[in-house]
Amino acid sequence: MKTAAKQENFNYRLWRYDGAPGELIPLLQSAQEHFGYIPRRAINYIAGVTAIPESDIYGVITFYSQFRLQPMGKYVIRVCAGTACHVSGAKLIRETVEDELGIEVDSTTEDGLFTLNTVACIGCCSLAPVIMINEDTHGSLTPASVRKILRNYRKKAAVSSDSIAVTAEGV
Amino acid sequence: MKKIVVGMGTCGLSAGAQAAYDRLEMLTAANPDVCMLTRTGCIGMCYREPLVEVREGDSRVFYGGVTPESAEEIFSKHILGNEIIDDDNLVYACWPDGNTCGSESDFLDLQERIVLRNCGTIDPESIKDYEEAGGYQGVRKALTEMTPSEIIRTIKDSGLRGRGGAGFPTGLKWSFAAANEGDQKYVVCNADEGDPGAFMDRSVLEGDPHAILEGMIICARAIGATFGYIYCRAEYPLAIHRLEIAISEARERGYLGTNIVGSGFDFDLKIKQGAGAFVCGEETALFASIEGERGMPRIRPPFPAEKGLWQKPTNNNNVETFANVPWIICNGAGAFTAFGTEKSPGTKVFALAGKVVHGGLAEVPMGTTIEDLVFKIGGGIKNGKKFKAVQMGGPSGGCIPADMKGTPVDFESIPATGAIMGSGGMVVMDEDICMVEIARFFLDFTQKESCGKCTFCRIGTLRMLEILERLTRGEGEPEDIEKLEQLSIQIKEASLCGLGQTAPNPVQTTIRYYLDEYKAHIYDQKCPAGECQALVEFYIIPDKCVGCTLCAKNCPVDAISGKVKEVHVINIEACVNCGKCITSCNFGAVITR
Repeated sequence: MKTAAKQENFNYRLWRYDGAPGELIPLLQSAQEHFGYIPRRAINYIAGVTAIPESDIYGVITFYSQFRLQPMGKYVIRVCAGTACHVSGAKLIRETVEDELGIEVDSTTEDGLFTLNTVACIGCCSLAPVIMINEDTHGSLTPASVRKILRNYRKKAAVSSDSIAVTAEGV
Repeated sequence: MKKIVVGMGTCGLSAGAQAAYDRLEMLTAANPDVCMLTRTGCIGMCYREPLVEVREGDSRVFYGGVTPESAEEIFSKHILGNEIIDDDNLVYACWPDGNTCGSESDFLDLQERIVLRNCGTIDPESIKDYEEAGGYQGVRKALTEMTPSEIIRTIKDSGLRGRGGAGFPTGLKWSFAAANEGDQKYVVCNADEGDPGAFMDRSVLEGDPHAILEGMIICARAIGATFGYIYCRAEYPLAIHRLEIAISEARERGYLGTNIVGSGFDFDLKIKQGAGAFVCGEETALFASIEGERGMPRIRPPFPAEKGLWQKPTNNNNVETFANVPWIICNGAGAFTAFGTEKSPGTKVFALAGKVVHGGLAEVPMGTTIEDLVFKIGGGIKNGKKFKAVQMGGPSGGCIPADMKGTPVDFESIPATGAIMGSGGMVVMDEDICMVEIARFFLDFTQKESCGKCTFCRIGTLRMLEILERLTRGEGEPEDIEKLEQLSIQIKEASLCGLGQTAPNPVQTTIRYYLDEYKAHIYDQKCPAGECQALVEFYIIPDKCVGCTLCAKNCPVDAISGKVKEVHVINIEACVNCGKCITSCNFGAVITR
């Protein structure tokens, strides 16, 4: 249901594109919202409709940290690397997450469960150090507590019958 | 009738405000005649979130750290039983006679709230609340009683200076855009708050979105613009959501659109979401981003007042600047200059974070000293540690050492220290923070965020980062300090925009005030603060170790010995300082020293 609404949003945006300048970034944002990342074919669509060269679109995608060219895991972990978190031990938290998941920043676990990123600041500085897992914020972390949180997510994923939502290519 | 108000800014929600709200909603629904329940933005006491306020007439009582269970207690005792729960969770109480009590009276009593006048008071999703608090009176006055030049005169007289960091006089900026002819002019609000450790603008956007719209409408009238953009970072979904509600409500009530408040003036605006690029806080890069391009800065002149967005005359101000405008129009320039210093009138909102007891938002008159901010409002340093420095202005700013804590915060005194006012992030550091490492941290940030247009910014920051990384590993060379100083000057002089022109500030200020620490890293391979991982000794606190063997199992070089249920010991000779033992310990027993 949710996906259908998002799909309409992206297609609708493409459809009503009237050549007004400045629409490229909103188009890319809705494409990413729909696919979970920006697949090659979305770039093709956008280029076809807007007549903006693919190379320019690719240039914009790679300039902004929000855009991803690879699919994301079911749980996207964003470790806050803001100043307040940094002075409160964010590095240790990041290393613990890397160790627990066996991956480095900007990559996804093989099972497609977790993607690990850092973020410049979530703005919950008084809860530092903080991580966000999808929309949920976890604050005042220690290496031990972050391990526990990740293990709980793993358990949750094992229990839930949902197939792992690595968004497949294609509409 | 009593009113229960739940703080539901990002900080409140992160701390669990939704659960408390849901429980209170259930209770209020069961007792509909007793009280009403509403939400508000951030009151500033982020360290005590989730916060719940009980209002009755002029009395206000705040409870902190509210869980669903304690929400129930508040409801049964305070709402139904009229009994104030005077325990540790009572944060602040203010009675109609002006008396205050509670553990955090200092935090609020020392503040002057102009920008945050409605934050934590009104429901940000209700235009009615805003109007009842005097909202849109500024628009009415400016559009029906004042000419554009009178508006600009008032803003000039108020001495308001740009709150985004540079402190350029706002009235003067408006007069430039007003003077330039154009078939179309724009007003842009910079809500791309990118400094890590700063969240003032977010709180205003979430807590009082109409104030920003009102400021923009007044500005549009003053310069003759008919369309505006709010460029807000995508990382602030709640702020965007509340702005969207505010915009549609303002349209319904005739504050946006055609013939605003019957004045014949037309203005509308839309939100543009940023896509995650720090450099887009720079105004010409921000325009490029709105236009759908890579957000790279453009050469000035021509200045935005002449050729800005889409090559049209544009005025761009920061969130906090716009939030000041309606207040100044309503209360007059004289009321504004009554606060602050002669050259920096008004107030400034600071985001206190880091090693300070009371992390949160505080709005104080300009000229308040760093000491008052850190110790009186901020409540001093966490865990009884020693105050070492404050970092102001984020990656573009600098570190001000503890012995300069008497420095007043205003647009003259702070730049004199080598730091900048910046947008208002104030990260407090204690004795455990290494200044070389902090310089490396900021350079790492600016280096990644450099857009790559100017060679010195693109490559120079990388060279500086490499040197700083070597220093933190204990591989520094005697000439490194000189190299850093030289590169700093070159990068500043050869960069187009504010990012490059300020990127070396964290390095320059730390060298200026903490040269000894740099020298210790270079000559003694020591980190005096004990933070740089490669230069410290790992140690297991015997009292905390339970002998679980996890650290020994995770040690890649078998440097940890000990039997099950016995205290483990690290062999310093074999240790390679990788830190695996710290991250694997569930008991916090491994430390560095």
